[in-house]
Amino acid sequence: MSDTNNMPLKEPLFSAKNKKLLTDPLGKENPINVQVLGICSVLAITVQLKPSLVMALSVLVVMGTANVVISLLRNTIPPRIRIIVQLTVIASLVILVDQVLRAFLYDVSRQLSVFVGLIITNCIIMGRLEAFAMKSKPWPSFLDGIGNAVGYGWVLLAVAFFRELFGSGTLMGYQVVPNIFYEYGYVNNGLMILPPMALITIGIIIWVQRSRDKSLIDIS
Amino acid sequence: MKLLRNIVDSIRPHFGKGGKFAKFHRSFEAFDTFLFVQGNVTRRGSHIRDAIDMKRTMFFVIIALVPTLLFGMWNVGYQHYMAIGADVSFIDQIVYGLIKVLPIVVVSYASGLAVEFLFAELRDHEVNEGFLVSGMLIPLVLPVTTPLWMVAVATIFAVIIGKEVFGGTGMNILNPALLARAFLFFAYPAYMSGEVWISGTAEQLDGISGATSLAVLASNEGHMLPSLFDMFIGTIPGSIGETSTLAIILGASILVATGVGSLRIMLSVVAGGLFMGGVFNLFAVNDFMAVPAYYHLVMGGFAFGAVYMATDPVTASQTGIGKYIYGVMIGVITVLIRVVNPAYPEGMMLAILFMNVFAPLIDHYVVQSNIKRRLRRPVKAQVTI
Repeated sequence: MSDTNNMPLKEPLFSAKNKKLLTDPLGKENPINVQVLGICSVLAITVQLKPSLVMALSVLVVMGTANVVISLLRNTIPPRIRIIVQLTVIASLVILVDQVLRAFLYDVSRQLSVFVGLIITNCIIMGRLEAFAMKSKPWPSFLDGIGNAVGYGWVLLAVAFFRELFGSGTLMGYQVVPNIFYEYGYVNNGLMILPPMALITIGIIIWVQRSRDKSLIDIS
Repeated sequence: MKLLRNIVDSIRPHFGKGGKFAKFHRSFEAFDTFLFVQGNVTRRGSHIRDAIDMKRTMFFVIIALVPTLLFGMWNVGYQHYMAIGADVSFIDQIVYGLIKVLPIVVVSYASGLAVEFLFAELRDHEVNEGFLVSGMLIPLVLPVTTPLWMVAVATIFAVIIGKEVFGGTGMNILNPALLARAFLFFAYPAYMSGEVWISGTAEQLDGISGATSLAVLASNEGHMLPSLFDMFIGTIPGSIGETSTLAIILGASILVATGVGSLRIMLSVVAGGLFMGGVFNLFAVNDFMAVPAYYHLVMGGFAFGAVYMATDPVTASQTGIGKYIYGVMIGVITVLIRVVNPAYPEGMMLAILFMNVFAPLIDHYVVQSNIKRRLRRPVKAQVTI
């Protein structure tokens, strides 16, 4: 990666500070559970595990790259038009990802439909560019982007796991609930396929997380 | 009684500090206060209280539910034997109903109370008694053919997501019993509508229509409707407890006489339903719109919802004027959903849940307008002096 060039040599690549950039977004700085950003896509595409996985990877690629690009450009971007520049970078990357998906994963790309394009408006990406990449060096920015994308991704996958398992009895498209269950009267839960259940699942994740880590409870 | 008291007292030390089962002292306390009124009294100052605490209040509701439960059991047997064409005695019908209904009640209580006790121990608070009523309401609003595991799943969902998330009894926004029904309605639609209302007819179905009166109307076949008298007495297919308006009126009178249920809400729900039914009568373009407005009161879950669900003291409006608004809106929305959207023939459930969400808002504006009105008062007084 070219971004290592700018690294001052005295600081190790994975110093404690840099590690925190990577791990904080997984837990107590999680973009979905704690900052409650990027919820729309979680509600829309988590019916099945496979599209969620693809979505998580797409966001990972876009976010990691966009953070690095903006960080490299940060001293040349005029402050007044910075949002437009950020959007241009994200949009170009999203179009790239969309084209790749269409070429190699056409079915999943059709399932995700407009939501790949809507990565452009994903608040998490804009938020990280504005809050972090605009004032940090490329390597920390890269770690920050990857960390946040993984934080977004694991919630996405967790929600999709429960929704696909209980809603369709499958995982990644393969049936995991044995047929004998159905013979004895087990029925897939239709509510799991409806968007409200995604909201409730995220709610439960947030609930569990906050009852384990009391420092996350805000009084507002 | 003395014997029971002695038993409870003799095992108390085991649940106290340092006892063998100290972990479970919340559960022990719950059973103790369930059996006896608490012995603790206030030590200083005077507090005026009567003997009715929340557990006794809940018992009055349970007593008020008994008529609908008994009638529901009989009706389950009656519908079954009528559907298969057998002529059996009254006792046989009751026994059949008992065999079908009792497991649902047991499962509902067992799963719900298990969650309640679990959370009480986890959070170290007293076991709340709210579920005594919810546990009885849930079976009464379900079709008798609902599989038992679905009853358990729905009950657990309703208690956790409907109640414990918000902090337990008294904090919930939505009525837990209705939430359980709504959960089943959306999660397993095939088990909550269609030919599910009569038990034991899946095998010999030929020529038997198990449709409820609402489903009959939704398919625009008004001539198939049971007579008004049958619908009032309740000898029609439907959820276990909802069919008999007569039994529900009996229960309502118990609720009103003991001061537990709000007559204001019940009457305003009825008024709202009659009003909306009357409006639809003006444009009677199909059978559902043409049906006389008072038919809505005896069909489906209208009466049951108005008496037992809408009056839930936690989720209803608290203010006097708010109760009128809340009740009328429930009645209006119920008939609106029933008539306009044939996909959801049972509008009562959705209307009550919808207005549950709005109840705090209604209260807020009632209180605010009261404050405004009273703020204006001293100004007037000065002028007159």
